[in-house]
Amino acid sequence: MEHGSLALQYLLSGITKGSIYAVVAIGFNLIYSATGIINFAQGEFVMLGGMVAVTLALYVPLPVAVVGAVAIVALVGCLLELLLFRRLQRHSVLHLIIITIGLSIVIQEVALHVWDEKVRSLPYFTGNEVSSIRFLGAAISPQVLWVLGTVVLVVLGLHGFLRYTLRGRAMRACSSNPDAAMLAGINIPNMRTLAFGLSAALSALAGCVISPMTMTHYEMGGPLAIKGFAAAILGGLGNPMAAVAGGLLVGVLEAVSVSRLPAVYNDVAAFAILLLVLFVRPHGLFGSPSADSVREH
Amino acid sequence: MKRIHLVLAGIGVLGALLFSQTHVPAAESKPIKIGALFSVTGGAPFLGAPEEKTARMLEEKINALGGVNGQKLELVVKNTGGSPEKAVSFAKQLIEEEKVLAIIGLSTSGETMQIKGLCEENKMILVSCAAAEVIVNPVAKYVFKVPQKDIQAVNWIYRTMKEKGITKIAVLSSTDGFGAAGKKQLETAATPEGIEILVNEVYDKQATDLTDVLTKVKGKAGVQAVVNWSIVPAQSIVAKNMKQLGLDMPLFQSHGFGNPKYVQQAGVAAEGTLFPAGRLLVVDELPDSHPQKKVLAAYKKDYESRYKEDVSTFGGHAYDSLMTVVEALKQAGAPDRDKVRDAIENLKGFVGTAEVFNFSATDHTGLDINAFEMLTVKDGKFTIYKK
Repeated sequence: MEHGSLALQYLLSGITKGSIYAVVAIGFNLIYSATGIINFAQGEFVMLGGMVAVTLALYVPLPVAVVGAVAIVALVGCLLELLLFRRLQRHSVLHLIIITIGLSIVIQEVALHVWDEKVRSLPYFTGNEVSSIRFLGAAISPQVLWVLGTVVLVVLGLHGFLRYTLRGRAMRACSSNPDAAMLAGINIPNMRTLAFGLSAALSALAGCVISPMTMTHYEMGGPLAIKGFAAAILGGLGNPMAAVAGGLLVGVLEAVSVSRLPAVYNDVAAFAILLLVLFVRPHGLFGSPSADSVREH
Repeated sequence: MKRIHLVLAGIGVLGALLFSQTHVPAAESKPIKIGALFSVTGGAPFLGAPEEKTARMLEEKINALGGVNGQKLELVVKNTGGSPEKAVSFAKQLIEEEKVLAIIGLSTSGETMQIKGLCEENKMILVSCAAAEVIVNPVAKYVFKVPQKDIQAVNWIYRTMKEKGITKIAVLSSTDGFGAAGKKQLETAATPEGIEILVNEVYDKQATDLTDVLTKVKGKAGVQAVVNWSIVPAQSIVAKNMKQLGLDMPLFQSHGFGNPKYVQQAGVAAEGTLFPAGRLLVVDELPDSHPQKKVLAAYKKDYESRYKEDVSTFGGHAYDSLMTVVEALKQAGAPDRDKVRDAIENLKGFVGTAEVFNFSATDHTGLDINAFEMLTVKDGKFTIYKK
């Protein structure tokens, strides 16, 4: 294989991984924007999305299963906020973040009991396990295009929602100044519920589109959340577009690292660069320094 | 008041006497306790879950047929979650509190090695479901194991490669214990077998995509085959990514591929994958005269009709370990730990799911290289590989 196409193949491989991280990273942003919480149970929403969709797909066509999974997991997200986080408002944001870690363990255990320990997956949306799109001597699975397409649609949709709808603007208001938002008559608790529901829905969608590639099992959430979180931080929290850039960057960094170093170091390389970036720009590549004030609120 | 107490106490004593008297004969048939430690969740659920199911099923079946030597079996099952610390504390519990006759299981080699010394010290029989050579080498008096050794799987792979004229390979393995053990065996056996490892990469077992690692294989000139040593999901992802990249060379997997479910996971990408495994997966292809045919067919039928899932070689390890103890119990005639231990060591011609076991004082595994068969995937099904 000649040099150029090999480099292109590494790049495509990085994009494949990166698209998975990006789609997870977007979910972190929404909840963070609306509540200041970094939800470490985000990976569990991804897992639940995949699990529910795989189960539903046994009975209904694939698109219906995906829609159903997204709806069900969105409901789970809303309920978690309503039943748990809403009642814990007196706690500091740091406490709540730690609670999300506990929550992720609980959700995993529940998933283990509802389903089992087995690895499942949705069928490839286009083609099958071996199909790939080839150009210039490199190849990429069509499912990666589905993931990237989903990322683009989600980012555009979120952008439109947050910028041009009343409800979206209200959500942004909650994030930038909760007191003023409340005075303006915005029901902040409801906005938080909406943020949780929306974030869970997006993560569930992510869980469905990546399932054919990564496969779905009850333990998959943890590692995905860590990579997604890294991507969100690298891009800059609070900005879905930046999360996508962050995700793709982490993926490509890993691929570059594999091409030069033994593969076992790929996390080391990716995280070392993440740390370096954070030393220079603590708010991420595309984040704004003012986001800190929301976090501390 | 005092008198009433006295009377009550008297009745109590009388009652106790009566109770114990009427139940003395029954004490003979109190159940024989056997401890079982499996990693049903955590690091190795693909091993522990079918093992636990198998053990439970056998317990029920044996008891329904009247138990062993007229005594019922009682399994005390603990889920170690793949954690060596839990394995140790559960093992202590089984030895000191439950006072079991023997312990079967421990799904992983790491956990088994943690309690090897403990069992030896307490003169507790341990029949492990884990594969590592170190479990039985050096031989510990009370420690046995039933799965085939990793090195035998490696030998099968290299033997098949030589038949196919393959000498230059890429080795991929996961960062967990299973991958690390396989990698070591592949490396040590390569040079004596005339195999050259050109690419040797280790990846995270939770990896979501492995096209970058495989691109490295693609970029290395001369590689003729890939050997991958990991469990699901990574072992299915490797198969898919290879086909997606157009990496057109044979893929060898470890014996950890031995579950029809994994073939479904990898779909058409699994076609042609080669891996060594026990005969349980190809029982339908065995001739009726094969010594294992009856045992394998019965186990497969029982398991699949009861749990509505495909049988895997790992559940077979639990079958072998529990039945080894049961067989030895029958020979010993009584649940006397030392007699049972001696009986295991002298067990010959015991037909298990892995092979026909022949234990001895120096060999606490009782298997040879013939316990494996080279299998391949054809039309989504396992079948015996023929040159």
